Amino acid sequence: MSTELETEKITPRVIHVIRQNSDKVFRGILIAGGLAAFVLLSGIFGFLATSAGPVLRAFGLSFFTGKTWYAGDGLLPSEGSIDPPTFGLAPMLWGSLLIAVIAVAIAIPMAIGIALAATYFLPKKIAFAFTVFVDLVAAIPSIVFGLWGFFVLMQHGALWAKWLNTHLGFIPFFKVEFEGFEQSPFMAGLVLAIMITPIIAAVSREIFASVPAELINGAQALGASRWTMIRNVVIPFSKSGITGGAMLGLGRALGETIAVFFVLQLFFDEINWIRILESTGGSVASLIVSRFGEAQPLEISALFGAGLALFLVTLAVNAVATAIVSSTNRAKK
Amino acid sequence: MSKALSDTPTQPWKTVDPEFRKQQLITHLGTPVLALLFTVISPMAGFTGFCVTWFGFHVFAAALLAKYGKKPKSYANAFIEVFVGVTIFVFVAFVSTVLWPVISNGMAGVSHLNLLFQDAGKVGADASLDKGGFGHAIVGSALMIGLASLISVPIGILAALYVTEVRGKLTPFVRFFVQAMSGVPSIVAGLFIYSALIISGILQYSGFAGSLALSILMLPTVARTAEEILRLIPDDLRTAALALGGTQWRTVRMVVLPAAKSGLITSAILGIARVAGETAPLLLTAFGNNVLNVNPFSDSMAALPSYVFNQMLLGGDNDMARAWFATFVLLIAITILFTSARIVADRMKRN
Repeated sequence: MSTELETEKITPRVIHVIRQNSDKVFRGILIAGGLAAFVLLSGIFGFLATSAGPVLRAFGLSFFTGKTWYAGDGLLPSEGSIDPPTFGLAPMLWGSLLIAVIAVAIAIPMAIGIALAATYFLPKKIAFAFTVFVDLVAAIPSIVFGLWGFFVLMQHGALWAKWLNTHLGFIPFFKVEFEGFEQSPFMAGLVLAIMITPIIAAVSREIFASVPAELINGAQALGASRWTMIRNVVIPFSKSGITGGAMLGLGRALGETIAVFFVLQLFFDEINWIRILESTGGSVASLIVSRFGEAQPLEISALFGAGLALFLVTLAVNAVATAIVSSTNRAKK
Repeated sequence: MSKALSDTPTQPWKTVDPEFRKQQLITHLGTPVLALLFTVISPMAGFTGFCVTWFGFHVFAAALLAKYGKKPKSYANAFIEVFVGVTIFVFVAFVSTVLWPVISNGMAGVSHLNLLFQDAGKVGADASLDKGGFGHAIVGSALMIGLASLISVPIGILAALYVTEVRGKLTPFVRFFVQAMSGVPSIVAGLFIYSALIISGILQYSGFAGSLALSILMLPTVARTAEEILRLIPDDLRTAALALGGTQWRTVRMVVLPAAKSGLITSAILGIARVAGETAPLLLTAFGNNVLNVNPFSDSMAALPSYVFNQMLLGGDNDMARAWFATFVLLIAITILFTSARIVADRMKRN
């Protein structure tokens, strides 16, 4: 008896919504629009995988681990090839990662400095103008950075690289096997660093701006200098957000094509693990642009495989970054 | 007494001693001058030498200021100030070396206005600047960007409306996939259109294929900024419209969208600015063309960025001059788009 009463009490009131037909159609259209991103992403995956099929079937996993990219006569051995091609993506994949990591390593301190300046150091009006300027840099097309890298940075950068090599050559990163400093992963990393700094700075700035004012005021009331306040309040609060921003930058750097195309010498036969000052690099995106024009059908298929690998890597990096950034945003609220 | 009881807080920690300001000013302005002098008289030559010496002087001066200045602070605090100053300087210096060549080399083309209006049909490599131009690339860019906006702006706004109006179970997934899509490398978008439409023979190399690739890149930018804008519309407006008996469709069409109009225009402009400079996907889809082509559905089409790319590969002096001028035009267009978007968004936020 008593149990019945209790169940009656806790049954929630059900509100029936009877939607008009026009609303049903409208919501259907909105759902379709919302799912467009998902459909397109799966479409990209599906089509790239299908087009890469011939090469993936012929080479299997060695497509991703092989160290040589050689087009040969464009026929498989089973088709009676005299000069069989080998497609190994490892040097390009590693090269992409290497230049992206160099870029992020240079960009993070710069972005943090810029974000700190805009949030805490500059007067409000100048800070606003500076923010607009930094955001505008994010909109500069990559072809402009390509021109810059090729005509401006390369001459100076080669001198800096040579300096690093002669004075700090005992560090394995700065060793070279031959003296070609112009089109190295270091140079590509520098170009990418300027390109992704605004992205990381924008994310960091938003996180800095969302540090609770009572924490900052509290620190200042306790007599903290700006540095003490930043060190003990701002940085701990925004550490994961900056990490997320850095990963967004990493994703952008991995996928950048044209700017890298002009400043990086691709090396198809071996992986250049850490010699970042030497003109032997790799980049998946740049590989696609440089080989696409003259490729035979089999190599085109291999380039689709390269695009697929690039797509999956950037997707994974971006997913992690988004998860980090949105979880910090949620924690704040 | 009356001061302590006044309504406005006085914020005594914010008042800065003018004497201290003076010392700061001397440090910040004095060190570059010293560094410049040092660069001139010492073997540390050139821009790099100037930067290095300036940095050294500045750290030294900041430490001195911290120790003996009017308002002694910790060395770490002085350091962070120098660090922030140096990052700003390095970034602005790098960016100005990016922009300066475009401006100075681009200005050389201003006296040859034929470059803006003619196409490159009857002009060979390295022809003098009086002949031909890249009018066809400007028209191609405009057509492709226009088509891409026609495709991606409505879809992007629909996706944003799903998140802010329907608020269904799929909301986190929609947001996640839109965010994930914003990371798709531009070259992959080109490869996708190439494999889906061009290999299969549905389209040839054409402006339309190019604009499809651009719209893939544009969609997430539009969707994300539109979502932010729609969030700014107060829920009171929606509930009021619903309470008056409006269906959801009429609420959105007659209340939400008109209120968000200028913001949605911003999102479209930001999307355009995002793709206006894209080169890589166009190389695989629109391919590029030397003559004017105004039909996006047949035959290949040129665009400003891919024109610059091809001129760079030609590499002659006059080819490069054309490339710089085209870059100059592109950069001006993007700056105008971007600042107008900023102004509209700023005005909207203030309202």
